[in-house]
Amino acid sequence: MAMGSMKAQPFSFAAGDWRADIFTALKQQNVQQMAYVPDAGHASLIKACHADSSINCSVLTTEEEGVALLAGADLGGQRGVMLMQSSGVGNCVNMFSLLNSCGFPFVTLVTMRGEWGEFNPWQIAMGQATEETFRRSGFIVYRADTGEDAAAMTGSAMRLAYDSNCPVAVLLSQRLIGAKNF
Amino acid sequence: MIERREAIAAILQDRPDNLLVISGLGSPTYDVAAAGDVAQNFYLWGAMGGAASMGLGLALARPDARVLVITGDGEMLMGMGSLATLGAKAPHNLAVLVIDNEAFGETGGQTSHTGKTTNLAAVALACGFKQVSTVHKQQELAGLRQLLLDVTGPVLGVIKTAAGELPRVLPERDGHIIRNTFKTAISTNTNRKTGDLK
Repeated sequence: MAMGSMKAQPFSFAAGDWRADIFTALKQQNVQQMAYVPDAGHASLIKACHADSSINCSVLTTEEEGVALLAGADLGGQRGVMLMQSSGVGNCVNMFSLLNSCGFPFVTLVTMRGEWGEFNPWQIAMGQATEETFRRSGFIVYRADTGEDAAAMTGSAMRLAYDSNCPVAVLLSQRLIGAKNF
Repeated sequence: MIERREAIAAILQDRPDNLLVISGLGSPTYDVAAAGDVAQNFYLWGAMGGAASMGLGLALARPDARVLVITGDGEMLMGMGSLATLGAKAPHNLAVLVIDNEAFGETGGQTSHTGKTTNLAAVALACGFKQVSTVHKQQELAGLRQLLLDVTGPVLGVIKTAAGELPRVLPERDGHIIRNTFKTAISTNTNRKTGDLK
């Protein structure tokens, strides 16, 4: 019941939206759970997931919930991804220990702030620390500057994570998603 | 006052085959192990604040199972936002049990928020849980067990218990082994059986 009531109207990506190719990659890898803290850069992908009855979407109050949630999904035999923005990465650090301690697969797509043309100085600290935070937490990190790379890296990240039981992050650069005015 | 280890043993006595348990770090992990070290237990030794969220991911993945998260008041307080996530998602097959000694027992017994002002059952109810119950007496455990195992979720129970340390019962703490043991025990994947490999 809850699953059905959360579903939005049928959704189509706008022409030229590279997130459509990310969504195709998620479907090819049979992703069945998606957890997220919203970001405008992920908005169309979030809508597409909500509109797909075979992807169970959970909105989180903080990103660390998503790390534990997707570990639980793996225990139950399902594949998941988490969508967040770079400011949320720091919220997860201790929870990341779950991944390496147990060998859980984990994939996250991260929209970047605090870099290319950033307007808000409060985003700089975590944005600049994001990649290093992931690496020091044991992640393999990809960084996409084009939509083509974003989809290819997402596919590769999922194969790495699900086949080799490791955590992988794909950073979607601010140059790719566009700098915000807030 | 309820004795925590006896209470968890009573809740898990003759547990149904489809019951999957996730235990929060510290004493809840020891309590669950003491009640029976079975493969359908996933013991957390860290990841404080994540037990309920982990239960959610598992419950969504396995709607055929009943998922019971057993944790302490400190662990639940650290993940209190996850009660909102569970309430919003409303998994029918998820129960959370908080063993509430109103203290951070592992770190010197400092009084926790539940020993001051916070009522976790009320929080869960306000987040949209279907039913909640706080129990203080042994005689209330049978009703609590029914809530946790049978009532449509998400549900949350709180056992008020005394602070103080019990002998530690230490299950496996290598997370890779815990994960593999649990996954193998509950796997429905018939595609990969030993002997099928070509």
